[in-house]
Amino acid sequence: MAYALQQLINGISLGMIYGLIAVGYTMVYGIIGMINFAHGDIFMIGAFIALISIVMLVSGGIMEGPAAILIVLLVSMCVTSLYGWTVERIAYRPLRGSFRLAPLISAIGMSIVLQNYVQVAQGARVKPIEPLVPGGVTVMQAEAFVVQFSFMQMMIIAVTLAVLAVFTWLVTRTPLGRAMRACEQDRKMAGLLGIDTDRTISLTFVIGASLAAVAGTMYLLRYGVIDFYIGFLAGVKAFTAAVLGGIGSLPGAVLGGLLIGLIETFWSAYFSVQYKDVAAFSILAIVLIFMPTGLLGRAEVEKV
Amino acid sequence: MSAPMLAIEAVSAAYGAVQALREVSLEVRAKEIVTLVGANGAGKSTLLMTICGDPRARTGRILFEGRDITRLPTHQIMRLGLAQVPEGRRVFPRMSVMENLLMGAQVAGHDPAPLLEQVFALFPRLKERQAQRGGTLSGGEQQMLAIGRALMSKPRLLLLDEPSLGLAPLIVRQIFAAIRDLNEREGLTVLLVEQNAYQALRLAHRGYVLVNGRITLAGAGQDLLAMPEVRDAYLGGGH
Repeated sequence: MAYALQQLINGISLGMIYGLIAVGYTMVYGIIGMINFAHGDIFMIGAFIALISIVMLVSGGIMEGPAAILIVLLVSMCVTSLYGWTVERIAYRPLRGSFRLAPLISAIGMSIVLQNYVQVAQGARVKPIEPLVPGGVTVMQAEAFVVQFSFMQMMIIAVTLAVLAVFTWLVTRTPLGRAMRACEQDRKMAGLLGIDTDRTISLTFVIGASLAAVAGTMYLLRYGVIDFYIGFLAGVKAFTAAVLGGIGSLPGAVLGGLLIGLIETFWSAYFSVQYKDVAAFSILAIVLIFMPTGLLGRAEVEKV
Repeated sequence: MSAPMLAIEAVSAAYGAVQALREVSLEVRAKEIVTLVGANGAGKSTLLMTICGDPRARTGRILFEGRDITRLPTHQIMRLGLAQVPEGRRVFPRMSVMENLLMGAQVAGHDPAPLLEQVFALFPRLKERQAQRGGTLSGGEQQMLAIGRALMSKPRLLLLDEPSLGLAPLIVRQIFAAIRDLNEREGLTVLLVEQNAYQALRLAHRGYVLVNGRITLAGAGQDLLAMPEVRDAYLGGGH
């Protein structure tokens, strides 16, 4: 019981990170119908930007409290957005109107470019940081087993929920969000209403990248180690989450992320760590056999 | 006579290798209803889309209020004061009626509230359905929504593509009455593409006949209606 509760906490905080990345996949898929394979690497860039800004803050002697973390988060979001915008501008926009596979191949290329760029610029070694948010609260204690809810995990959950709330408001209540949904549902018509669809697509990439930056920052703070390759597996997992939830569906992406996080954590806890990825992907295959559009796919779902 | 609001000068356009328009010239003056009639595939819808820059004119020029818009991107053309109700209506299916209407005013930069009132006065049905999703409306309601959405940008020129397609005669009459009303009361200029030539020519001040991407006849609506070649080809002799 206590053990399961601990896994639940771990699973949710991991799932939140996947969910944030998955939203980026699902948004881009919704608006231009492509899988942005470089999105996992945008997440990795976000983690590195966070790392660099932490190092700079520490060397400047100001690495205290929530304000510092907020600064790191904002810096990472801004710089990573710029990467997301640039990737779309140079690798996808020129291929718009080309055959369907062209931007996908270009996306794989961008993924390789970003990985190698970070490997060359930052080195291939694993980068560790000191834990910034130590401590936690003991939720319960059963004999020898102590259930810990760390402050770090609380922060991940709180930040993710806050970011998702702002994001949901943006998509459902603002003119920009309406334009994004219009482009997703009928891009040609959106253009006929005077919407600059290229700009709207760019902003979609910017928003997706800034969510990935939040995920990257949280990942860095939670696990304390990153390298240039973390984007690959996290990207594949988040993509799986997006498909599981129903690609194109925003709530589906978050739900899928949570499920993948929970499945992975519980499988590792009760069966074997080595096969946790097999478990996550098997669940995906099973769900897709019975629900080909994913859990919340299509029809009654608000999509971007 | 003043310069026309819309002037199309020897415009050719194509979809891929298929030549859809061949040196089409026509003009629409302010406060006119002009109709373009022709059979399926004659290039009527292509002409409306070409005015909006998608597909682009391969030759010739398009002038709106004296300004050359031939090479402008679609979204910039649509901000100049023209609006299109496209073929197939293209209502946003997963947006509410209200959101569809607001999309029409999104880039116009004016307060949408008074225009909403106007659209609801014109089509009271839309007011009843404002919270409903666009995709769940009937064909006639979608047509009203598409027209309402176009009006939300307060256009000076309205491009209307087959508003009668697939609708019951009663609804068609309603929609044509609404167009006439907008023209007479608001001075809205309309370029109307129709297969339903009889009603369109009766409504319009002037008309053009498009055959295989070429304008073959032009004249006042009533005159065209009286011409034997128009009667035989587009009115089925019936009416």
